[in-house]
Amino acid sequence: MTTTTELTELSETTLLRFATAGSVDDGKSTLVGRLLHDSKSILSDQLEAVERASASRGQDTPDLALLTDGLRAEREQGITIDVAYRYFATPKRRFILADTPGHVQYTRNMVTGASTAELTVILIDARNGVVEQTRRHAALAALLRVPHVVLAVNKMDLVDYQESVFAAIAEEFTAYALELGVPEITAIPISALAGDNVVDPSANMDWYGGPTFLEHLETVPVTHDLSHCHARLPVQYVIRPQTAEHPDYRGYAGQIAAGSFRVGESVTVLPSGHASRIAGIDLLGVAVDIAYTTQSVTVLLEDDIDISRGDLIVPSKDAPPTTQDVEATVCHVADAPLTVGHRVLLKHGTRTVKAIVKDIPSRLTLDDLSLHPHPGQLVANDIGRVKIRTAEPLPVDSYADSRRTGSFILIDPNDGTTLTAGMVGESFASPEPVKDEAEDDGWDF
Amino acid sequence: MTTTVAKTHGGETDAPYTLSHLDALESEAVHIFREVAGEFERPVILFSGGKDSIVMLHLALKAFAPAAIPFTLLHVDTGHNFPEVLEYRDRAVERHGLRLHVASVQDYIDRGVLKERPDGVRNPLQTLPLTEKIQAEKFDAVFGGGRRDEEKARAKERVFSLRDEFSQWDPRRQRPELWNLYNGRHAPGEHVRVFPLSNWTELDVWQYIAREGIELPDIYFAHEREVFQRAGMWLTAGEWGGPKSDETTQKRQVRYRTVGDMSCTGAVDSDAVTLDDVITEIAASRLTERGATRADDKLSEAAMEDRKREGYF
Repeated sequence: MTTTTELTELSETTLLRFATAGSVDDGKSTLVGRLLHDSKSILSDQLEAVERASASRGQDTPDLALLTDGLRAEREQGITIDVAYRYFATPKRRFILADTPGHVQYTRNMVTGASTAELTVILIDARNGVVEQTRRHAALAALLRVPHVVLAVNKMDLVDYQESVFAAIAEEFTAYALELGVPEITAIPISALAGDNVVDPSANMDWYGGPTFLEHLETVPVTHDLSHCHARLPVQYVIRPQTAEHPDYRGYAGQIAAGSFRVGESVTVLPSGHASRIAGIDLLGVAVDIAYTTQSVTVLLEDDIDISRGDLIVPSKDAPPTTQDVEATVCHVADAPLTVGHRVLLKHGTRTVKAIVKDIPSRLTLDDLSLHPHPGQLVANDIGRVKIRTAEPLPVDSYADSRRTGSFILIDPNDGTTLTAGMVGESFASPEPVKDEAEDDGWDF
Repeated sequence: MTTTVAKTHGGETDAPYTLSHLDALESEAVHIFREVAGEFERPVILFSGGKDSIVMLHLALKAFAPAAIPFTLLHVDTGHNFPEVLEYRDRAVERHGLRLHVASVQDYIDRGVLKERPDGVRNPLQTLPLTEKIQAEKFDAVFGGGRRDEEKARAKERVFSLRDEFSQWDPRRQRPELWNLYNGRHAPGEHVRVFPLSNWTELDVWQYIAREGIELPDIYFAHEREVFQRAGMWLTAGEWGGPKSDETTQKRQVRYRTVGDMSCTGAVDSDAVTLDDVITEIAASRLTERGATRADDKLSEAAMEDRKREGYF
């Protein structure tokens, strides 16, 4: 019987968004299936449906991949086509898992999953160690600046649970990822198939003293350190009731993209540069003195100035520069290529502006981080550097400083296709520049 | 780029902080409502009087307060609704001064455009009235209360989901969704289905209802009801064609986990009379919401995917 105290605790847990990355045979589906199964997140009717479907396909044991392959075509072909989102909870935390396919078009899928993730799981087959694919995943995690990376060294049962095998892989990976600037790496030896260290601690690996995979997910911090954030509020919508009760109410609604705002603070509206002071903050019906990142708020200002959707409210003493020349690392996500001279729309925060691709100076090979100069175009799943000229000045941050105000998407103005995911500024948070062959080109990979 | 980090805030705000999961989900949903209000011409909220659409309406009201919500409501009336739910719908419309559009399945059957199925299940018949209403009213954004945790095809759904001029969903041609930068571009005739509750689970919805003190139709709480059994579910007798001669009714204490067409929405045995009871019951349940009470999803392994492809919500 659940008590009221437990119910209260249940509603006061935190939310962790994480993404998986793994290639075809690393056992990603098994890990996801094991995690859901052992944390008792699969309900009996779902399991029965899988058993029924497996039996009708002539399989002796339930195929847990059927739990996650939601589309007819996926089940028929036995492959995962697209990112799926899964939900589970423990008494400590609730989880949103972006389950990204390993096969097809993995770069754009991993970018999609990682863009909202606070943690990425990179899976390795213990028998194979760090391979090209692992380095790609690490590079993407670094590029997307996912705050936490877990290296799950899987299939430990197939290497006799040897500590030396795990230690060597963990060391090689950590050295590589640190060089890329991945801020935090946790390596965990597991067997997804046998269930070692996924939810329950393994009796086969006494030498491992760290948390199980689930324990780590439950305890990794999802807090934000305010002292390192530039406060940013993209204005989504202007709320003007114009009723007898609220004749003069004029509120600027938006979700705080970074940092915090407080009543009385001097603020500047970009790109216009108008200044005012925060007269009040309305947190969905409750007046508050201070509001934080990811809260959706309505801000009231002391002065009646011209503000509309697409503007950015920032502290006057901490305003980003505005520019019409954006340099960024991009991942091309559409099937049609991106070329120099391409006329596009750029959506940044709540603002969508016309833009033109002025130059594609280089394409990045994720395997070895080498640069291919002036590739002429970027095709689906390519990552490259791009110079874009916008029709109006934009207040952009570096993606390193702010994942929300340093990111943008490019959209095809003809058919609305999402073309490209963009990250402004330097690519990798590397403490020292990673060696490459094209240093004289001035690129910062 | 600026690299210096200014300590701009007072001491008490330097401590790390984090939103509770409900606050995080609420904030995200509000963000989605405001994006649609900012970018679309004629948005509408699908409103059935069920708990998910009631939560959507509550979130929309909060998102634009103290102004009225800039959306109308649309109900696809199957003709086999629970009277308590229709009554709730009309009261909500009245209280918030909203405009309600109704697309009626019964009209289509009466006009001979749609044919009643032998089993009397009307859920699949909703698609045509819905999609024709969207076209006729030129709605360009249609909010649905669908959640990705409901069903494996819905787990693949985007928050902003583009539909073609036939309202069709093509899961292989979805736009990648990056950060919180939703792409609402669409051509005339196309529309976007928007799912602000994508990341909510059934338990989140109930916890939020409890926290916000949101009123629900009574059928969500345990009550005595005349029911009969079909395909392992307790169904309520009604004009839609149940019970058949070999089915007998009995009085049981039940409640509903979902609200849909009476012909295919089952009740569960329950003693849960308060919100806390309901939350406790759901937290302990070994059955999903749809597995327990929706006949139409048991029709085939891809039932939901097939309906969604045709334009179902």
